[in-house]
Amino acid sequence: MKKLLTAAAGIALASALSMSAVAADKLKVGFIYIGPPGDHGWTYQHDQGRQAIDARLGDQVETVFVENVPEGPDAERTITRLARQGAGLIFTTSFGYMDPTLKVAAKFPDVKFEHATGYKRADNVSTYSSRFYEGRYVIGQIAAKTSKSGVAGYIGSFPIPEVVRGINAFLLGAQSVNPDFKLKVVWVNSWFDPGREADAAKVLISQGADIITQHTDSTAAVQVAEEQGVNAFGQASDMEAFAPNALLTSIIDNWSDYYIARTQAVLDGTWVSTDTFGGMDANMVNMGPFVNMPADVKAMAEATTAAITAGEFHPFSGPVYKQDGSLAAAEGEVVDLGSLLGMDWYVQGVDDKL
Amino acid sequence: MQIVLEKRSQASSWMNVMSPVLAIGLTVIMGGLIFAAMGKPPLTALYLYFIDPLTSWWSIEEVLVKAGPLVLIGVGLAVCFKANVWNIGAEGQLTAGALMGAMVPVLLGDWQSPWALVLMLLLGALGGAMFAFIPAWLKTRFGVNEILTSLMLVYIAQLFLDWMVRGPWKDPHGYNFPKSVAFEGWHLLPMWGDGRMHLGLVVALVIALVLYWVMRNNLKGFEVRVVGSAPRAGAFAGFSQTKMVWFCFALSGGLAGLAGLIEVAGPIGQLQPHISPNYGFTAIIVAFLGRLNPLGVVFSGLLLAISYIGGEGVQIELGISDKTTQVFQGMLLFFILMCDTLILYRVRYLSGTQANIEGETS
Repeated sequence: MKKLLTAAAGIALASALSMSAVAADKLKVGFIYIGPPGDHGWTYQHDQGRQAIDARLGDQVETVFVENVPEGPDAERTITRLARQGAGLIFTTSFGYMDPTLKVAAKFPDVKFEHATGYKRADNVSTYSSRFYEGRYVIGQIAAKTSKSGVAGYIGSFPIPEVVRGINAFLLGAQSVNPDFKLKVVWVNSWFDPGREADAAKVLISQGADIITQHTDSTAAVQVAEEQGVNAFGQASDMEAFAPNALLTSIIDNWSDYYIARTQAVLDGTWVSTDTFGGMDANMVNMGPFVNMPADVKAMAEATTAAITAGEFHPFSGPVYKQDGSLAAAEGEVVDLGSLLGMDWYVQGVDDKL
Repeated sequence: MQIVLEKRSQASSWMNVMSPVLAIGLTVIMGGLIFAAMGKPPLTALYLYFIDPLTSWWSIEEVLVKAGPLVLIGVGLAVCFKANVWNIGAEGQLTAGALMGAMVPVLLGDWQSPWALVLMLLLGALGGAMFAFIPAWLKTRFGVNEILTSLMLVYIAQLFLDWMVRGPWKDPHGYNFPKSVAFEGWHLLPMWGDGRMHLGLVVALVIALVLYWVMRNNLKGFEVRVVGSAPRAGAFAGFSQTKMVWFCFALSGGLAGLAGLIEVAGPIGQLQPHISPNYGFTAIIVAFLGRLNPLGVVFSGLLLAISYIGGEGVQIELGISDKTTQVFQGMLLFFILMCDTLILYRVRYLSGTQANIEGETS
C-alpha cells in the first residue's frame, strides 16, 4: 500500500513538473473584456481575435480571458492577476482600463501590455485603436440615401472623443448626400446594457428617426429596428443574423491580424511600445455586405469604401463646420489628427449638446 | 393536504448562530454540484474559489481591499436593519460621500496638508449622511416608505456623479474623457504592501469594533434593539421612533459616504463615472449574513470578498463565466434566509380536515 502511494505521488509530481514545463515554454496571452464574448459586438470581435491567435500560434501560445470586468478598481486587480499568473502579453480591451493598465504595467516591467482606444503609453504599454469613423462615414451616406424622414437616431455610450468622432463622421457622410440631414443622439452611459440600448432605439424611432445606428456593444438596437420596421447598421461585428430585413450593412472591427502580429512580435522579441490607429487601409475596419438597398446606393457605398481604403478620401475633409458655426477645417484641408483624437465638439446638424 | 409555516414558540439560540454556517455549507455543496454539472472538477473549483485566495499575500491583500467597503457599509446597515429601518440606498450615499469629499482635491488641488485628508474623510461621511437624510425626512414627515425612496435616490446620485465628471469637474487636460483630475499627495490615503492596502481598512475595522461595543454595552444599542423588535415597548420606555429613523440613516449613510470617499481616495485615486461595483447593495447581504452583528459583519464581509476574488480565479483558471460569483452570492443569501425562516418557523403538513379546522379557528 505504502509503495503504491509513493508511486502515485511520484507520478503526480512528475506530471505536475511536466505540465509546468509545458506552461513555461508557452507564451501566455491574457485578455480583459468589458462585456461577455457573447455580446455579438465589441467583445465578440476581440474574442475572435483571441481565437485567431489560438488558431495561428496555438503551439507556442496559450490564451486566457476574463469577461465582464468593470472599469474601476477591480480592473487593476484583474490585470495584476493575469500578470502574476505568468501572462507575457496582456490586451486590455476597453477605454476605462487605461489608468489601471498603466499602474499594473509599472509593477511588471517585463510584461507587455496593449490597451485599446486609450492615449497613455509607457515603455511596456502600447495603445491601439481603429479608425472606425471611416466606416461611420460610409453608413452615413447610406442612411441619407435610404431615409425617408431625413432624421437618423444615434445611440451613444459615453461622450468620449472616439464616440463623438463617429457621430460627426456619420453626419458628415449623410450631409454629403443630403445637406439638411438631421441626427438625434441618446446617451445610455454604458458600453453594454441591452435593455437600455433597446429603450433608446425605441425613443429615437418614436421621435421620427427611421434609421438607427449605435456605438454600443450589443445587438439590441438592430433587433428593435427589425421589430419596428426601420433600418439599422451593425456595430463592431456583422449583425445581419439579428436583423435580416432591417440591416443595411455593418462596420466590422478586425483585431485578428493586429493581435497575431503583436503576439508574434513578443515571441520574436521584437515587441516595442507603439501607437496604432489603423483603418480600412490596414484591414482593421471592414464593411459588411451591403444588403437591403437599391443598386445605386450600394454602388455609392462601395465607391466611398474603395476611396477611403485607397487613401484618396478622408471623411473629415473640409469644409467642416462646428456646431457653433466656426470653421474646423477649410475647403481643401482635413481636420488635423490632434483635433480628431481629442474631439469634443459636434459638427453642424447634430440635435444634441456636448 | 396543505403545508403551513407555523411560528415556533422559541427559536433555538444555538441554531441562530449556526444558521450562517449551515447556509455556507449548503452553498458549498450546491456549488460543487453546479461545477460538476458544468463538467468542471468540483473539488478543484471549490478549492480555487474559497481557499486559493488565502494562499498568497497578494490575494489576501486584495481580499482585504474588497472587504473594507463591504464591512464599513455593512456595519452601518446592520444597526439600521436591527432597528427595523430599511436603508436600501447605501450605494447612493456612497456616491454622495465620494462627491462631497472629492471637493477638496478637485476645488482646492493645491492645498497639501494632512488636514486636507482629514477634511476629506469628514466631508465624505457628512455627504453620505446628508444624502441619507432625504429618505429619513420623507419617512418621518410624510410616512413615505424608506425602501423605495432610498433605493431610487441611488440612481439620482449616480447620474449626478456622472454629470459632474463629464461637466464641471472634468479634468481639463483629459481629452474630454469623463474623469476628474487624479488625486495627489495628501489627497490620497496612505498605502502599504503591494500598493493597494490603505488606511481605510483600519478605519473599517475600528468602526466595526466600536459599533460592536455600542450595540452590546451601551444604552444606544439597547434602544436600537428595543425599537427594532418592539416599537410599542420602546415608546413606553421613552424611545422615539422618529429619532431612531434619523439616527439610523445618519449612521448608515455616513458610513457609506465614508466608504465611498475611501474608495476614490484609495484604490481609484480620482472621480470617474463608476466608483463602486455595487458595494452598497452587496453590503445588504453582508449585513444579514453577519447576523446584523458588527463583528459578524467583519467575517461575512471577508467571506463575500473571498467569493469575489475566488470567483475571478475560477473564471481564469477553469474558464467559467463570471456569473458564477453572482450565483454563489445569490445562493448564500437564499440559504441564509431559508435557514432563518426554518429557525423561526416550523413546517407542518396538514391533512384536509385539519386545514379546515385551522382555517375556522384562525
